[in-house]
Amino acid sequence: MNKVNLPIDDKVIRALKVGDSIFLSGVMLTGRDTVHKWMIDTFIRKQRQPEGDDQEVYEAILPLLEGGAIYHCGPVVAGLESGEYRFTAAGPTTSIREEPYQSEVMHHFKIKAVIGKGGMGPKTLDACKEVPGVYLHAIGGAASLIAQSVQRVIGVHKLDFGVPEAMWVIEVKDFPAVVTMDSHGGSLHEEVEKQSSQQLQAFLKA
Amino acid sequence: MQDLTEALVELIRRTSSDLPADVEDALKQAREREADGSAAQGALDTILENVVMARRDSTPICQDTGTPIFYVHYPPGWSTRELKDQIRAAIAEATRRTYLRPNAVDSVSGKNSGNNLGDEAFPTIHFDEIEGHELSIDLMLKGGGCENVGAQYALPDSRVGAGRDLEGVRKVVLDAVHNAQGKGCAPGVLGVAIGGDRGSSYARSKETLFQPLGESQGDPELAQLETRLTKECNQLGIGPMGFGGETTVLDVKIESMHRLPASFFVSVSYMCWAHRRHRMTVQGDEVHYQ
Repeated sequence: MNKVNLPIDDKVIRALKVGDSIFLSGVMLTGRDTVHKWMIDTFIRKQRQPEGDDQEVYEAILPLLEGGAIYHCGPVVAGLESGEYRFTAAGPTTSIREEPYQSEVMHHFKIKAVIGKGGMGPKTLDACKEVPGVYLHAIGGAASLIAQSVQRVIGVHKLDFGVPEAMWVIEVKDFPAVVTMDSHGGSLHEEVEKQSSQQLQAFLKA
Repeated sequence: MQDLTEALVELIRRTSSDLPADVEDALKQAREREADGSAAQGALDTILENVVMARRDSTPICQDTGTPIFYVHYPPGWSTRELKDQIRAAIAEATRRTYLRPNAVDSVSGKNSGNNLGDEAFPTIHFDEIEGHELSIDLMLKGGGCENVGAQYALPDSRVGAGRDLEGVRKVVLDAVHNAQGKGCAPGVLGVAIGGDRGSSYARSKETLFQPLGESQGDPELAQLETRLTKECNQLGIGPMGFGGETTVLDVKIESMHRLPASFFVSVSYMCWAHRRHRMTVQGDEVHYQ
């Protein structure tokens, strides 16, 4: 088992290969559907003007994401009334919905690790080669267990997106994940898709 | 009428944090089938550890506590209007206690209501009047990841060579499972409905998911297809989390409905491994949970 610390440098990224189990430690940011759309519309493709606290949030997350990780996760959070936030359940959400955005987001923010479940497609795989970065697969549904690796909730941005869609800044220790897409073009998801597709074709002919 | 709100909060707590024994057993059996040291086995070990932890700590098994789907079977004398108010109050309270994640999002404004209460259809509540004296309420929590990989086919479907017969049903179900890959949090459970209209067919496909795993009910021809499909889905090799492996589905449940001459729908509801469903029964002052 490899221990990997955030932020991650390129040498570490290049050494990670499909199939490696790792434990990740450091500060990361959660971000899913609304966040990716917001990043793209406001700061990358610039289809809308920043308003409200947009610019302030953007500047706050830049240093967190550079060399860092974005976690596709909509947690269950205790302490909403007191502001003493604590994650009680925090497994990954399905990543493929961010496929139209992820590559641009990785390039723009220099993100080295995308964490989620279910894998991503060819655009993200290309970004993993170029940035370089990796896709880390967390165990879907293992929410109570993963929440234990969240040492503390440092803060939150865009809580008005709703609890699941906000950007939570968290410090994790030994967050368990498997590398399923690496910076050398390897993708476990592509392999499994190809093999299962051959088997499906055989069944459809039978 | 008695106030069941607190009893309903308990039903929600159990459903969110306590995986039913039949599902946990099926996951344990799946774990034994995977190669030692494989990513698939590692995934199942993590899943099983998480199940124990969630039950111990009363925390959600999965952070996506899903769409709460209630089936209320009530004997004469109960007010469905009052039961609905109590269910909605219990949902809001369970959300406050973090047994549930606030999941109700306005589709136009994008605003999350914050308490899991949306319009009339959120949470989903079905009422059915029955004979006797016992009220029973089934709750299923169905997450969005697996809901997204559900599929409906109108047969014939030339893309997969599926005709209007059980062989055609077999083909489209295999296609749906292949398309889902690991994205629905495999190993899942399939609820399949044949027939109906688009709406009733999808609704029935979810209702089949209340059946216990490992037992076949009803039509022997459908039971045979369930067994065959379970085996063949697993031969696709998608495996836990889509990591590759021996178990892609834990079970397949199929029910059939009447259809129009013109329509032949097959609806596949994919339930993730975190197959959360519980029942409470009420007779007089006594409340029981199963």
